[in-house]
Amino acid sequence: MEKVIIIRYGEIMLKGLNKSYFENKLVKHIRHALSDLGKLKVYKEHSRIYVNVEEYNENQIIERIKRVFGVVSISPAKRFPVDMENIKKVVLGELQDKLQKKVIKTFKIESKRGDKKFPMKSPEISREIGGFVLENIDSISVDVHRPDIAINVEIRNNAFVFSEKINGFGGLPLGTNGKGLLLLSGGIDSPVAGWLVAKRGVALEAIHFHSYPFTSERAKEKVIDLARMLATYCGEFKLHSINLLPIQKEINEKCPEEEMTILSRRFMMKIAERIALKSKCDALITGESIGQVASQTVNSLQVTNEAVNLPVFRPLIAMDKVDIIQIAKQINTYETSILPFEDCCTVFLPKHPVTKPKLEKILYSETLLNVEALINEAIENMDEEIIELEI
Amino acid sequence: METYLDNAATTKPTDKVIEAVVKSLKEMYGNPSSLHRKGIEVEKEIKKTRRLVSKALGCNEKEIVFTSGGTEANNLAIKGFVKANNRLGNHIITSKIEHKSVLSLYEDLEKSGYNITYLDVDQEGFVSLKQLQESLSDDTILVSIMHVNNEVGSIQPIKEIAEIIKEKNPKARFHVDGVQSIGKIVYCVKDLQVDSLSISGHKFHGPKGIGALYINKDTRISPIFLGGGQEFNLRSGTENVPGIFGLGEAVKELIENQENNIKTLNNLKAYLIDLIETELEDIIISSKLDDRYAPHIINVALLGVKSEIMLHSLEMDGVFVSSGSACSSKGKGYSHVLEAMQMKRSHIDSAIRISLSHFNTKEEIFFAVKRIKYHVNSLRQIIRR
Repeated sequence: MEKVIIIRYGEIMLKGLNKSYFENKLVKHIRHALSDLGKLKVYKEHSRIYVNVEEYNENQIIERIKRVFGVVSISPAKRFPVDMENIKKVVLGELQDKLQKKVIKTFKIESKRGDKKFPMKSPEISREIGGFVLENIDSISVDVHRPDIAINVEIRNNAFVFSEKINGFGGLPLGTNGKGLLLLSGGIDSPVAGWLVAKRGVALEAIHFHSYPFTSERAKEKVIDLARMLATYCGEFKLHSINLLPIQKEINEKCPEEEMTILSRRFMMKIAERIALKSKCDALITGESIGQVASQTVNSLQVTNEAVNLPVFRPLIAMDKVDIIQIAKQINTYETSILPFEDCCTVFLPKHPVTKPKLEKILYSETLLNVEALINEAIENMDEEIIELEI
Repeated sequence: METYLDNAATTKPTDKVIEAVVKSLKEMYGNPSSLHRKGIEVEKEIKKTRRLVSKALGCNEKEIVFTSGGTEANNLAIKGFVKANNRLGNHIITSKIEHKSVLSLYEDLEKSGYNITYLDVDQEGFVSLKQLQESLSDDTILVSIMHVNNEVGSIQPIKEIAEIIKEKNPKARFHVDGVQSIGKIVYCVKDLQVDSLSISGHKFHGPKGIGALYINKDTRISPIFLGGGQEFNLRSGTENVPGIFGLGEAVKELIENQENNIKTLNNLKAYLIDLIETELEDIIISSKLDDRYAPHIINVALLGVKSEIMLHSLEMDGVFVSSGSACSSKGKGYSHVLEAMQMKRSHIDSAIRISLSHFNTKEEIFFAVKRIKYHVNSLRQIIRR
């Protein structure tokens, strides 16, 4: 008898002729996620992926697999050659095991017969195993509707017995959908935006804007911490850091105060687009959400959007803050995001930023600046850093 | 080039301190509790350091307990005292300008039912003795006041405070957070008439992670850490031997050169203040050049320039100072000390702290002030609000 982890992947099944491409990517990512845990057997069989495990590393392996995009659910299972007597014994053992850990009064056997050559039908299998359990454990009865525990029995090329189904995040294997450049700030939203898009199979790079020395180096450290957390889902990626201060100083000197934020946003987008094209990214990703702040009103978004030609993915656009926070907590970025270091200097924050900017006015203000030279200078002074996968 | 002017935050360990630490790791690695020679040789060294610390503070060696630093020493002195003496009364006193390690303890004790008096300070940073006198009662069991304030350098009149306490309630005990005063002021705990006093190694060129508490032999405290009974049963846990070795060396150097070092610090402070006053405009210096203020801390507000921006600008030049508040739009992060001194927001916003070591030079100070002047001028132009 072997201990295995059954890994199910939903959507990929629908991919027709491309199916094996997606499957192979997924296997590769699972192998990568487990690469430091010794030699593990990871393999594909009948539209599922299996990992052989031992008692001592099972939980650690499950935790890692849960994070791989494309994984829909996971079940730690026992696998052995098909034999009815054996199945009964394993099910009984599984139940007795669970009984020691928690109170179980009712149970249910759920059988699935993948191998139609097996002589019994699924309901018959369940009935026979259930009967055997009842004969051997007094304290427990059957409840097919709301059992305390459901033991699953699957008969395929081997027999599988399991009682747990742990949800993964779903989505598509990373890198099956090109690459996007995430505008990553130290806030709550942008890491969530990056995570959501990455979950759809888009590999990430990130760009970060700061105003050193008007902001602290700790603010950058915070962004790196957030990037590291994203890397636990997306693997290692590149983080570009741009100092926006020289640009902000120019805007501060030459443009109307209330346009500071919107002009800065346009610069960020333009710089991001150049970096995206250089790094072969196919889209920009931002954490913008309608109406959250002055620079995210529909008018502001319109003006920001006009700055670039690349598609801009805004997965949070219609989400409420509380829902964004919930995801941030789920993916573990929330605690870091709420640390107090600010990445964007408050010195330049206008008291009353424009909420309904007019594109013509903003474009006119840009004529007061040497946009091209400022962008080039910012990119020349850019820092790059590889965010490594540290588990 | 590096110009380190943040010596109230921490200091650079001297070579001798480092050598002592390395020695304890490379050769003298025994456990002082071991019965064999390897342990006993270390125990002897620890005793030697204990004697040195007691000499520096002017007390008996049995009255010194090694801790992990100032915070733990404060915890042991306050929490440990209250734990052992809670039956004597329910009132404890401190000031509004204490270090967080003391204030958090008091806030915690407040939650568990103690009556607390937080003494006000005046605009110059000195606790109100009148308020102290008025708040002391038979119910008071403990007063905790810092010796030198870490942000503005004001020296609290410890001896006077001790006398007031003894007069109003002889049973009440007096703890002093002495983390910023050791090596900067010549004193003796017996003269000051304090019952306990905390010090921390890394504030005077020793290693981090080691400190000590002087605790008068007549003052009963309960341990916070329980275990093998080390440190006269007051602080269990295998001794931080590398820390104690390093601390020993730092204390030795301190005893040998204290008076010269203080003279050097006073000269440097006078030079710095003179330079600031002649080179810069629109400034407020909160740390005066008289003997009511410690010789190593200079708090100066560069009005109109947010202190954190100044700090980061100076850091680009290799000049390291500290700020009174963190750059934040949410209005948090203001220094509780400067607020207690009733400074205006604009003053607090722009206050930087320069803190000296006797290893600093006039050249370094000259360079730092030149850079401050440069940044003040350019930043005042940019920051329009």
